[in-house]
Amino acid sequence: MTTALLRFPYVIGRGLTGSLDHVGRVTLLLVEMVRGLPQVRTWFPLTVREAYNVGVGSLFIVLLVSGFAGAVTALQTGYQFTGNIPYYVVGSLVVESVVLELGPVLTGLILAGRIGARYAAELGTMRVTEQIDALESLGRSPASYLVIPRVLAGLIMVPVLVIVADLVGIVSGWWFARQVLPLTDADFVYGARAFWRPFDAYYSLIKAFFFAASITIIPCYMGFSTQHGAEGVGRATTYAVVASSVMILLLDTVLAQILLH
Amino acid sequence: MIELRDLHKRFGEQVVLDGVDFTVMEGETVALLGESGTGKSVLLKHINGLLHPDVGDIVVDGKHVPSLKRRELSELRSSIGYVFQNGALFDSMNVFENIRFGLSDMDLYNSVDYCRDRVPECLRLVNLEPDVAKKLPAELSGGMRKRVGVARAIAGQPKYLLYDEPTSGLDPLNADIIDNLVTHLAEELGVTSVMVTHDVRGAFRVADRIALLTNGKIALQGTQKEFLESDDEHVKAFLERDFEDTSYAA
Repeated sequence: MTTALLRFPYVIGRGLTGSLDHVGRVTLLLVEMVRGLPQVRTWFPLTVREAYNVGVGSLFIVLLVSGFAGAVTALQTGYQFTGNIPYYVVGSLVVESVVLELGPVLTGLILAGRIGARYAAELGTMRVTEQIDALESLGRSPASYLVIPRVLAGLIMVPVLVIVADLVGIVSGWWFARQVLPLTDADFVYGARAFWRPFDAYYSLIKAFFFAASITIIPCYMGFSTQHGAEGVGRATTYAVVASSVMILLLDTVLAQILLH
Repeated sequence: MIELRDLHKRFGEQVVLDGVDFTVMEGETVALLGESGTGKSVLLKHINGLLHPDVGDIVVDGKHVPSLKRRELSELRSSIGYVFQNGALFDSMNVFENIRFGLSDMDLYNSVDYCRDRVPECLRLVNLEPDVAKKLPAELSGGMRKRVGVARAIAGQPKYLLYDEPTSGLDPLNADIIDNLVTHLAEELGVTSVMVTHDVRGAFRVADRIALLTNGKIALQGTQKEFLESDDEHVKAFLERDFEDTSYAA
């Protein structure tokens, strides 16, 4: 018991220094990115290719998830309505839920798994097979070739995917609400407009932008820091998905507090 | 000329290099021997600045590598070809693109005509057929991957070539091909070479001088004759063990 108590400050201290170490190294990676930005001819074509992969490659899963999210929101809202609440409120609930929360957060979490895992595994494999060292030894900047295209592609395409998710979620919720409730299109549109503020759309995009940063930067960092062969790649990939998902949830809370209150 | 002065490097608690002094003269081929895990590759990565020493200095062509600025280091690296242990070929590129990537001069890299001539020339130098250029790294054997790695390293016509375990994991026939290649390139291109290896036989075949790294230090650096006649216990142990291995194989 005494030993455990004596070890407690050590464990806390080690955790803190470990966290600071990660923060420092992520910052260095960002500095490398900024230094690589003037090499436009290197990163631009790679960014276009990566943006296509992220955007088109993720479209189906984003459509699927946002479609179901809108549908479930409408169905559960309908289930909870007992007669005292006017039906047009369904329009408000579906639109606000999808735009403020479900669209960006579900898209973010899905992409953390899809894009984040791929980035961490790709870069981790390149690290353990010395391909990143090879880039450096050939006088090339790994940041320009590997990090900038991936991060920029995410920063451009994730907000686009979130817009798609918002629209599909609303349309899906609208259609399902009409199937289960005695609701007209006019009711739904009236409800949607009743509580709508243009800032809601900006808020959705601001969240998408921050989520894109965590979906791309954290996995790139994890991939770059990979050690110890295939096992290390697996560990880096898992950490990347978990860390970027947790970061999305944290940012979701922090941004709600800062921007909505 | 490459000069390592009192080089120290540790990773966490583990001391890998503990005061290494190592010199490679212009135009010579030096083999750096040592058991697995003694820090040979770590030492090699200090020469082109892939790793930064804790203490000590590395001087290449009169330039102090640890204190070079980004651009200067990049320029120096273009004069150093590095052959990685398993080739480190870029998976997403075919052999042609991999070798073309070895051209650090961006004007040459972007010249279609130059690359069309240079890539087959590099493949010829490493005894590979021109049609290998179309293949992906995944379609190559271990020996071919290593040779493509060499072809990429020499594409930019470097002054120095650093080989990291070029024959490890290869059968004796392919190992001989790589050893001959190292000798051939040193003669044909006049490059200064450092070859990290634990293959004593290969080291004696290709190197003008041999060094042994043990316990984070260079135990001996000298000619083959000096190496064979050395009384140093580490050198003797290393040679005896290799002799036993060879006898067993025979």
